[in-house]
Amino acid sequence: MKMRFRLVSVSAPIIALTISFGLSSLILLIIGKDPYETFKIMFEYGIRGKSIVSIINRSIPLYISAIAVAVGFKMGLFNIGVEGQYLMGSLVAAYIGAQFSIITPLHILFIIIVAVATSSLWAAIAGYLKVEKGIHEVISTIMLNYIGTGLIAYSLTTIFDEPNSNYDLPRTKELPETGKMPPLNKFFNIEDLQDLHGFLVIAVLVGIFYYWLVWKTTLGFDLRITGSNPIAAKFSGINPNKLVVIAMITSGGFAGLVGLGPLLGYFHRYTIDFPTGLGFAGIGVALLGRNHPFGMAVGALLFAFLQRSAQILDLNDVPKEIEQMMQAFILLIVVVFYEVIRRFIVKQQVKDASKRSDE
Amino acid sequence: MKIFKSLTKRYIVFTPILLVLVVAQVETYSQLTTSGTFGAAVRLAIPILLAGLGGLYSEKTGVVNIGLEGMMIMGTWFGAWGGFTFGAWQGVFIGMLGGALFGLIHAIATVSFQVDHIVSGVAINILAAGVARFLNVIAYEGVAFASSTASPRIQGDIGIFTMPFLAGGKIGETVTPNLIGRVEDLNIFLVSDFAGLMLGFLSNISYLTLFALILVPVSFLVLWFTPLGLQMRSVGEYPAGAESLGVNVYLMKYIGVTISGALSGLAGSYLVVAGTGTYLEGQTGGRGFIGLASMLFGNYKPFGILMGSGLFGFADALQLRSPQAVHGLLIVISIFLLVLTFKAIFEKKYKASVVSFLLSAAFLIWFVNSTSIPNQFVYFTPHITTLIVLSFANQRIKLPEKNGVPYKKGELN
Repeated sequence: MKMRFRLVSVSAPIIALTISFGLSSLILLIIGKDPYETFKIMFEYGIRGKSIVSIINRSIPLYISAIAVAVGFKMGLFNIGVEGQYLMGSLVAAYIGAQFSIITPLHILFIIIVAVATSSLWAAIAGYLKVEKGIHEVISTIMLNYIGTGLIAYSLTTIFDEPNSNYDLPRTKELPETGKMPPLNKFFNIEDLQDLHGFLVIAVLVGIFYYWLVWKTTLGFDLRITGSNPIAAKFSGINPNKLVVIAMITSGGFAGLVGLGPLLGYFHRYTIDFPTGLGFAGIGVALLGRNHPFGMAVGALLFAFLQRSAQILDLNDVPKEIEQMMQAFILLIVVVFYEVIRRFIVKQQVKDASKRSDE
Repeated sequence: MKIFKSLTKRYIVFTPILLVLVVAQVETYSQLTTSGTFGAAVRLAIPILLAGLGGLYSEKTGVVNIGLEGMMIMGTWFGAWGGFTFGAWQGVFIGMLGGALFGLIHAIATVSFQVDHIVSGVAINILAAGVARFLNVIAYEGVAFASSTASPRIQGDIGIFTMPFLAGGKIGETVTPNLIGRVEDLNIFLVSDFAGLMLGFLSNISYLTLFALILVPVSFLVLWFTPLGLQMRSVGEYPAGAESLGVNVYLMKYIGVTISGALSGLAGSYLVVAGTGTYLEGQTGGRGFIGLASMLFGNYKPFGILMGSGLFGFADALQLRSPQAVHGLLIVISIFLLVLTFKAIFEKKYKASVVSFLLSAAFLIWFVNSTSIPNQFVYFTPHITTLIVLSFANQRIKLPEKNGVPYKKGELN
């Protein structure tokens, strides 16, 4: 019985993907391009060895960002501020991590702790504002994103700027060798390709940790019960205010890890062109993957695939911005179908139950 | 005595205003209350006002609209495209249509499919950013001065208007005296500052600004004094009850959310047509969300939204016009925190008093040891203002009863 419902739930993202591809094809037709050719080029480019490494590298921060968002979603808390939180965390971690050198595992662990601490502190502000001042977290986190961007721009040019560098743009000092995460290429025997970020291991661990935290701990239970029925949660003795702050801090902690994949694996310093937008992209992945660790992994890989394979389109005279549209279509349609299917399942369950009581 | 009591109750509003007025008497900070600053404040407040009114229509019918920002983005793009292809006023209209289209999408998702309102809003924002980017790439292929993130300049412009006699406007070709301007130049405490405020509203304002300002009383009349408005509000308060009285709940919600989108679209096209003259990616800069904040500040009332957006517009204008003037705000904040300290001591909240005293001292030290605020800080003045204002204003809000609750026909919720 449960299996049947599970199959029906999986159909939602598949329907959404089909419709989004249909819509995108329609748009391609309207601007006079052949959709079949376009998708074929994208697919062929996307499954090359180099592309696959790039897709995995891209999906690491997307996945962690989605988890950060999902922790909040689980209790009905919308942390739209992952964007600002991970940028703050990455900047401070990049700066402090570059000041000294110890053996690699400890060094990386230290950088991770700094990033997590910074980001969760920044996220805690939103939790405080919601609990003490009653400001909805969507508004406060959005405002904190702008404030964070300003603070980063200021501190990057003054406090954190690399001293005595002739480089024009502000940037932090480069991480010492011990602070760089070794790539995994040797392990997978793909040394002819570009670096596969070592942070992949941490991303997988984070996924497992997230699963354990949400489904196997009391805190996770409190989060889920508050998300599905706040009133029942209150009567069962959960302090909603305390939970909001804890959830915000936890979510911010995960957010701290988002920027570390690119930081430790590729950039090795915080610069003006450090990747932005991962926080917002994570919201999409979390919605697509229904806050489930496996679903979000698939979502992150899918979005990373679209991003990477769209790079080839400009060479074929198709605007690569179609990819952003496709992601957005998938997102909007999938949320609609999840709701449709949820209602369908509830109806079926009611029917089944009444059938049983008739017997 | 009663008036005095209500005034002291509103000290949170009046103390800062008074402090700003005092600080503005110092030469360095005189920019705080000039007509130029107020004029800029009006221009910057209008998009926030329109987004706030948009939020009002939607939330009064019970649909939370986080998607205002996305609808505003659509307004900027369609406004610029319409402006480039046809002309300024047509651009405004097309921008409104673009916003309304996205309002309609939000309505379909939240009303017909009962998707969670915030989830749908977030999706709308992401969709709008992607769509605007894509459209901008395909619409201006080979057009000069266009790039993937910017559109070419719009044709023509919206006329500007200056009130004759009071603010020195023209009647035909004759220039009339600028009475209020003279008063402002006299530099009398309070009087000149007030004249600056008046002048900000009366001189060099775009016709589109006038139109937006008129929408405030119009919205008030529509929502509170027409049968349609009553039906819309009843749907937000008690949809099942409204349904039983024959109100078409879904239709009302659709109307509310679509109007909301159209107003946000208008806000976006205002940014283009009365502002930059081109579409720029990211030019909305979170103003949709600030609009939502002004709606909360205004307690779901059109004139309250006007006040709120004026405040945010003022903060925005200061950061654009005069970074030194923002520096003057530091001392204002410091003194205001000191006032809060005394209030806390008076109410025997000693912990709060220590916190605000320390903050007050910190701002004072910052004020004394600097001559200006770093550019990067100035940039987020409106956003931090939003947070501070909401911290003080949020406790007395009256939300529509069923705001954000999905409603399905026949369900009693």
